[in-house]
Amino acid sequence: MTELTHLTIAEARDGLKAKTFSASELAQAHLAAMEKARALNAYLIETPEKALAMAKASDEKIAKGEGGALEGIPLGIKDLFCTEGVTTTAGSRILGNFNPPYESTVTRNLWNDGAVMLGKLNLDEFAMGSSNETSAFGPVVSPWRREGSNVSAGTSGAIEGTHLVPGGSSGGSAAAVAARLCLGATATDTGGSIRQPAAFTGTVGIKPTYGRVSRWGTVAFASSLDQAGPITRSVRDSAIMLRSMAGPDPKDTTCVDLPVPDFEAAVSRGVKGLRIGIPKEYRVDGMSPEIEQLWHQGAEWLRAAGAEIVEVSLPHTKYALPAYYIVAPAEASSNLARYDGVRYGLRENGRDIVDLYEKTRAAGFGREVKRRIMIGTYVLSAGYYDAYYVRAQKLRTLIKRDFEEVYARGVHAILTPATPSAAFGIGEKGSGDPVEMYLNDIFTVTVNMAGLPGIAVPAGLDGQGLPLGLQLIGRAFDEETLFAAGQVIEDSAGRLTLPQAWWA
Amino acid sequence: MSVDEKTVRRIAHLARIAVTDAEVPHLQGELNAILSFVEQLNEVNVEGVEPMTSVTPMVMKKRQDGVTDGGIPQKIVQNAPATEDNFFLVPKVVE
Repeated sequence: MTELTHLTIAEARDGLKAKTFSASELAQAHLAAMEKARALNAYLIETPEKALAMAKASDEKIAKGEGGALEGIPLGIKDLFCTEGVTTTAGSRILGNFNPPYESTVTRNLWNDGAVMLGKLNLDEFAMGSSNETSAFGPVVSPWRREGSNVSAGTSGAIEGTHLVPGGSSGGSAAAVAARLCLGATATDTGGSIRQPAAFTGTVGIKPTYGRVSRWGTVAFASSLDQAGPITRSVRDSAIMLRSMAGPDPKDTTCVDLPVPDFEAAVSRGVKGLRIGIPKEYRVDGMSPEIEQLWHQGAEWLRAAGAEIVEVSLPHTKYALPAYYIVAPAEASSNLARYDGVRYGLRENGRDIVDLYEKTRAAGFGREVKRRIMIGTYVLSAGYYDAYYVRAQKLRTLIKRDFEEVYARGVHAILTPATPSAAFGIGEKGSGDPVEMYLNDIFTVTVNMAGLPGIAVPAGLDGQGLPLGLQLIGRAFDEETLFAAGQVIEDSAGRLTLPQAWWA
Repeated sequence: MSVDEKTVRRIAHLARIAVTDAEVPHLQGELNAILSFVEQLNEVNVEGVEPMTSVTPMVMKKRQDGVTDGGIPQKIVQNAPATEDNFFLVPKVVE
């Protein structure tokens, strides 16, 4: 029998139904793998007791022929989702030992469908980062290594050598899925935080349309951009998991009242007759020839499967990232005002209330978060609001209009690279100039700015043996086409062989 | 546009984040790097363009104006660093 941790969600679902193995065995196999992989720092908190109790309940349901769509499937949860009775950190010190007395809608939906919680996954602090290096609890080690690299499991339980980052902000989610420490993981995406780490780790990540998934109970970064989605090892798994995560929610007024389609049914639909756009503005200076080649290859795969490939233009593409670095920090500065040392989390006492606020926030927030709060405060401050914030929101209108014009011409989805490069090493980027790190999101951020769905699918390896991903961007609320086209890429590229457990 | 040290201190105060003298020059450099990056937005003619207020056209959901939750003061204050009788405690604000 295949190792239980190597299964896809679809395979595990079938195996559980056929009683080839039990949910308890499946949970135990993962808990054992997690224990051996602690040096990767993917999980911030392991919840073995909860996992085993939930798995036992699943086994009882399965024995009676009952159970939900994810019955007995062990998942990791990005530590941005509030989980009742389980510490939630958002990767920050400022939340202290925050123990939510409520459950986020996304995780509630997953548990209602029978999923089993393995633990909480590491992330960039408040989801602000592209490498998981801003986490207050240390970086995550990617399970991938460059060919001939010196990275290895050290003797002291720590990783030795200059390891690669798993991407971010959902770095723990992507690393855990790639290292087979869960069958799938929840993640969130504000500028690329699902798709970039998925691309870096050879996994599948989808950011659904804004409003498809409830944001209630998820720690807020930039409310007009944040969306949750899954990271999984196959396109089909992504469809299965998103169906359970999504759906209307009276607690989030921006979550739409639309029925959730059977995403899994769309996976095998194919792309015959679809028109796929290739945006010329994504051919950026300094893009690696390997990525350019892969992009071309992806278009050929879709053409061979019956799609029509057309060149399209999204003229305001280059302004998406700078506009994002006004809009996202502005919203963050407002959302993070709640961390005041009074109602929850860390508190540093001061001589008066303002001193208490300032000391608490200075001690609790990391450098990247402080930087973004300050930029946001500046662009919203009197005298600068029109020059920065209003102008950025106008650019956002233009970016969205670009997509609308392309879709109005009969284009069903757009194919782009997911990232401008493969994964980089820890400490390699952004130490001097923060903008160097921000450029990672150049291909993904447009999608958030326009509120559209985007999926990253592994498509090949670079010369150093590292995974590269392609991105498909869809029409609003048409994730189904992304699953259909994503499956064609997965079938054409062949599923990547994930790294052996060198860390265990 | 770029910010000077005085402006960095003013922003930090507006954001309620204490900064040390040693941090100010670093923050100034980093903030200016970001501000110079976003400067390119000035190339675009945005005359007559409406600023975006909602990314998906939607009618805001409404519900009956009524109490749907409550009576859980212990849950509300359970994570607070300092409380008394289900109130949050802060340093004296009014003399």
